[in-house]
Amino acid sequence: MTKKQLKRVDIILSPYSVSPYQVLINTVKRSKDEVIKEMINSGLRGRGGAGFPTGLKWKLASEQISDEKYIICNADEGEPGTFKDRKILSEVPRKVFSGMAIAGWATNSTKGVVYLRREYKYMVADLEKEIEVFNNKAKEIGLDFSINIFLGAGAYVCGEETALIESMEGKRGEPRNKPPYPIQNGFKGKPTIVGNVETFASASMVCRYGADEYVKFGTNDQHGSKLFSISGDSPKEGVHELELGMSIEDFVHEFGDGDTKAVQVGGVAGFCVPRKHFKTTIIGEGQTTGGATMIFNSTRSMYHVLHNYLDFFVEESCGQCTPCRVGTQQLLKGIEAVKLGEKEPEYLEQLIKLSQTMKVASKCGLGQSVANSFASIVTNFKEEMIY
Amino acid sequence: MSELKTVISDQIKKHGKGRDALMPILQSIVEKNNYLTNENMVEIAKELDISAADVYGTASFYSFLETEERGRYVIRICKSITCDMKGKGKVLRTIQDMLKIKIGETTQNKKFSLLETNCIGLCDQGPAMLINDDFYNHLTPEKVREVLVDYIRNKN
Ligand SMILES: Cc1cc2nc3c(=O)[nH]c(=O)nc-3n(C[C@H](O)[C@H](O)[C@H](O)COP(=O)(O)O)c2cc1C
Ligand code: SF4
Ligand code: FES
Repeated sequence: MTKKQLKRVDIILSPYSVSPYQVLINTVKRSKDEVIKEMINSGLRGRGGAGFPTGLKWKLASEQISDEKYIICNADEGEPGTFKDRKILSEVPRKVFSGMAIAGWATNSTKGVVYLRREYKYMVADLEKEIEVFNNKAKEIGLDFSINIFLGAGAYVCGEETALIESMEGKRGEPRNKPPYPIQNGFKGKPTIVGNVETFASASMVCRYGADEYVKFGTNDQHGSKLFSISGDSPKEGVHELELGMSIEDFVHEFGDGDTKAVQVGGVAGFCVPRKHFKTTIIGEGQTTGGATMIFNSTRSMYHVLHNYLDFFVEESCGQCTPCRVGTQQLLKGIEAVKLGEKEPEYLEQLIKLSQTMKVASKCGLGQSVANSFASIVTNFKEEMIY
Repeated sequence: MSELKTVISDQIKKHGKGRDALMPILQSIVEKNNYLTNENMVEIAKELDISAADVYGTASFYSFLETEERGRYVIRICKSITCDMKGKGKVLRTIQDMLKIKIGETTQNKKFSLLETNCIGLCDQGPAMLINDDFYNHLTPEKVREVLVDYIRNKN
């Protein structure tokens, strides 16, 4: 494998050198099919974690026949270690609204909603001003699309797209069974595109640069640039826009404090990579695409880290399905028992098996992803779990 | 019309009488009164023509829809991993010592409640906390003391 230079890019967070609403105006002059095809060719994948191809989502939504469709921007951003959407919405909201409007136009949807997490309420006043600018602009150019804000009320699981929809409908934020997917049966039973904040901003950038230019960023598997939320033991904490496809070694070289022992990629739902795997692990491939990276140095207890994650999962599990509700609690109790010497170290193997069962038996991504961090921490830092 | 009825009818005007008016209604009552009483929830159920159990079920799901009495200023300190690593423990102890309350409690004058919360999206600026809607970052015992003194002296 050739070593890839860590390249910084500046697409999403750069100031508006071309007005995002000019991009919108230029785009809606083209044919809808052509724009959707451009989105597919760009290779853009959802930035909310699941990594579903955005162009395909738009295509499927455009094929739905319905009197009303919705475009929902998922700004629930609750994954510990993730804060890039806050930055995008505070610094370049017009790119997001432009992307939402293009999605709306391409799929014949007229209503857009930004689902903003309650913890970000301090952003509402500024966002509402920006939304008014957008709504006026849309009227001015004769585009039948308007946006408003829906404020969440504090629940991580509402970031899951069907739970988010339940919540908007005034219900408990419990994920639905899939299928049907939101593009078939979403908000109020209508076809709905749920997309991440960064995804919509990227979509606007694809329309600005064209797919051919856009794919020049990144590796074969993943295209374009990506925002990384970097926190933990790093002198450069914050949001950084990087090309996809770099190794963790390069990443740590750039962002670590010289004493990095582990990197959590993809947030607590992702994987914890130990030093011995830094060289061979590429950020972005096979992991979640949320872009949260937390850096731990050698002073950190990985037992403590895992305990903190599990506390999070226990609290945020919606409790709807047993494998997740009981499983998260058992994993937490289990590592405590091993640490206290009440259980033999071999018990850890059983706990890993339990987490694998949760992966197949849980209803939504929350329960399904606990095994990622659990197994990677327990396997790579076994001594720390025991002593 | 009672104050509560006004709040409800304002939201119904905006969102219609359907169930999707429920969250905005609950939120605006919490914004006004800091928490939801059982009577509130029964009243809302009547207005929206749904069962009180449905209203309670929704309200109890969300951490910002308080169903217990809370103070006028609710402090939510982040306990997720990076804030924890950056010294959330010391900050929390300082708050507890100053206000003489533990997590989950409210001061006697009903001014402050103290809660822990999961990640609030300020991980690069931890330890972080919210007081009602406002955020405070890069906290140290000294800094949080200053913040609280300001609330104690200058806010009602
Ligand atoms: C527990 C859980 C939490 C999630 N939280 C978020 C979130 O905060 N923001 C987000 O965009 N996607 C989140 N997702 C993913 C969404 O379900 C959905 O895949 C995404 O919003 C789709 O947008 P995208 O295709 O642009 O990524 C979450 C998923 C799960 C299972
Ligand atoms: S996996 Fe967990 S969060 Fe998801 S539906 Fe089941 S109990 Fe709820
Ligand atoms: S970990 Fe505290 S704000 Fe994210």
